[in-house]
Amino acid sequence: MLKSSLGLIALSSLLLSGTAFAQEKIKVGVTATLEGTYTVLGEDGMRGHQTALNVLGKKIGDKELEFIVASTDATPDSAVRAVRKLIEQDKVQILLSPLSGDEGIAVKNFAKTHPELTFVNAASGAQETTYVDPAPNFFRYNMDGAQWQVGLGKYAYETKGYRKIATVGEDYSFIYTQVFGLVLEFCGAGGQVTNRQWVPLGTKDFASVIAALPDDVDAIYLGLGGADAVNFLNQYQQAGGKAHLMGGSIMIDQTILSSKGSAKNALIGTIAASGQADTWEDPGWQKFVKAYQDSFPESKRFPSPSLLATNYYGSTMALILALRQVNGDLSNNQAKLKDALAKIEIDAPNGKIKLDANRQAIGTNFVTEVVDDGKGALFSKVVKVIPNVNQTLGYDPAVFAKIGLPSRTVPECKKY
Amino acid sequence: MARFIERHPAWALIVIIAVAVLAWLVFAIWPPGLEAAIGRKRVFLNAVLNGITLGGLYFLVASGFTLIFGLMRNVNLAHGSLYLFGGYIGYAISTWTGSWILGFIIAFIAVALVGVILQLAVFRRMEGQDLRQTMVTIGLSIVFADLMLWVFGGDFYQVQTPSWLIGPVQLPLLTAIKSSGEPVYLQYPLVRLVIFLASVVIGIAMWLALNRTRIGMIVRAGVDDRDILAATGVRIQLVFVLVFALGAGLAGIAGVVGGTFQSLSPGEDTRFLLASLVVVIVGGMGSIPGAALGAVIIGLAEQLGSVYIPTYAIVVTFLIMVLVLALRPQGLLARR
Repeated sequence: MLKSSLGLIALSSLLLSGTAFAQEKIKVGVTATLEGTYTVLGEDGMRGHQTALNVLGKKIGDKELEFIVASTDATPDSAVRAVRKLIEQDKVQILLSPLSGDEGIAVKNFAKTHPELTFVNAASGAQETTYVDPAPNFFRYNMDGAQWQVGLGKYAYETKGYRKIATVGEDYSFIYTQVFGLVLEFCGAGGQVTNRQWVPLGTKDFASVIAALPDDVDAIYLGLGGADAVNFLNQYQQAGGKAHLMGGSIMIDQTILSSKGSAKNALIGTIAASGQADTWEDPGWQKFVKAYQDSFPESKRFPSPSLLATNYYGSTMALILALRQVNGDLSNNQAKLKDALAKIEIDAPNGKIKLDANRQAIGTNFVTEVVDDGKGALFSKVVKVIPNVNQTLGYDPAVFAKIGLPSRTVPECKKY
Repeated sequence: MARFIERHPAWALIVIIAVAVLAWLVFAIWPPGLEAAIGRKRVFLNAVLNGITLGGLYFLVASGFTLIFGLMRNVNLAHGSLYLFGGYIGYAISTWTGSWILGFIIAFIAVALVGVILQLAVFRRMEGQDLRQTMVTIGLSIVFADLMLWVFGGDFYQVQTPSWLIGPVQLPLLTAIKSSGEPVYLQYPLVRLVIFLASVVIGIAMWLALNRTRIGMIVRAGVDDRDILAATGVRIQLVFVLVFALGAGLAGIAGVVGGTFQSLSPGEDTRFLLASLVVVIVGGMGSIPGAALGAVIIGLAEQLGSVYIPTYAIVVTFLIMVLVLALRPQGLLARR
């Protein structure tokens, strides 16, 4: 009896001393699409996140960050399920989530049910997330899909001389937002968008979609991502397609440009716009590319970070810097942290980023063209850099509100 | 045929009219009114051909599934994993050796071996216990999926199409007549035609093997009553292993085909498992002609759906499944 109670005392003292010496942790939940069509995007997003931790470290004053990762599959319910699990089971205090457009809208709405926690968007880019009824505790340090298309419409119309284009896109909010940005600018310049085709996310066989592409257009805009984009290109090549192509931000991206096989070669010369350009000469960007390359062996990464890696890097960076500003103080429902996040201006690899009143990023956009580096690797080359792109794309907010929310048919092809 | 017309004159008439309309849609030059109503003929013809060639791929996956089920009553829910595994093997071999054909052969052998191991180590131990088999194969499919994710990552792989198969061919099907009077013929990807022909050949070979050879006779006898067959001295376990190897190998071949004209990535396994389930439910569990019919119906529904009712394209296949389950639950071509 005595022996066992002695043992118990010894054990409990050991446990007590353990807690006394352990560092206080700040728990952060991260989600990424590590399943389904967007698996590759999620994986590279996590690489960007890891790169940020390598560069910035995990220490916040005398506390340490602990990250818990959950997987989603780009559907809104999977994102809410993952976030709920992170909050309820893993007791995270801060969320770095999610990756994809529809997920973003769902997580933003979910964020309202936990006003005490802080949500930092990882990479999702639907307009609605921060434009309609934004959540006060949801912060987005990447631009939305429409901002990422700024410059493309004008470049296509004025420099490339395209007058009529058709679009093919995945049927969900992020691509609606991308096409929204493109159509607004291209039609505003005087061009015509004759046909908009929408395919379900996760379409594998595009042969009939390809057959239905109109012949009488100057270029075809592709708003696809992940496996869908690779399948489209593969079948497009097999069908002998030869039209000029234009690409959305996750179409012309290392996730596609470094896919295995030759289908990606159909993209050489394609013009696109995105929140980054692989060959930008800015020292900050080059430093980030180096850090990314040094963080992983060559076979376990892309030649250059994808848009998702850049976004995860930027959002992780913003979170860590803001936490350091307040010295990890999460008291009073994390009020100080939220305040710091709203005000912080970060020197992200892809240009300076600050937030507007809706906690949506204002940043730099890039028009690019796909080039072959001579050794078979494809990169996006900078054509034009456009600083200070805001969510209303330079329109007067009242005019912008009249255009309506991005959808299959909005905006109309006209000058607003 | 004549008996069918005698017994169901009304149905026969409907079928004949439908075939005539389809033939007219395929061969005639469409009048402008029709083009205005449902779009260009090129789009329609492409969708039909795509549906049939996609059906060829579905048939390859589903025929193995239905063969295994027909003989052994094993519901092998790891069938999708065999498909994906075959695709990865085909990719590895064809990039390593540069030979597309060799990719098929090795994929067939490798996946057939996995099938043999599955049969010996799993199914033989739980013969006749449907629920246990189902649960174990679901578990195995999850384990396989994670193992493949570990080895191959989340990247998209495409099996390199040999250069002589890239690009379109001209088919002798008129799509329109230019204003100059010059006829416009349909251009169609060669690789899809070749793959479709290959699946037809495999289908016919399988049918012949089942209906015209001694081993086929044993397999058919086993489907009807395996206890009596075993009692006559046939080594039924050996037959089971062979059939399982063949069914798995076919899934492996299908993986290479799928990797050639679509792509391979995590998640494809469950997609093709679902597709083959739908195909065999529509066609009839255990029937090879049923799998062929089901595959073509599902392929056509997917492709025509994606062109004419893109929003509801996903629903159409399941709607067909629901209709079949409601009206003819044993499947379209199942034997009673």
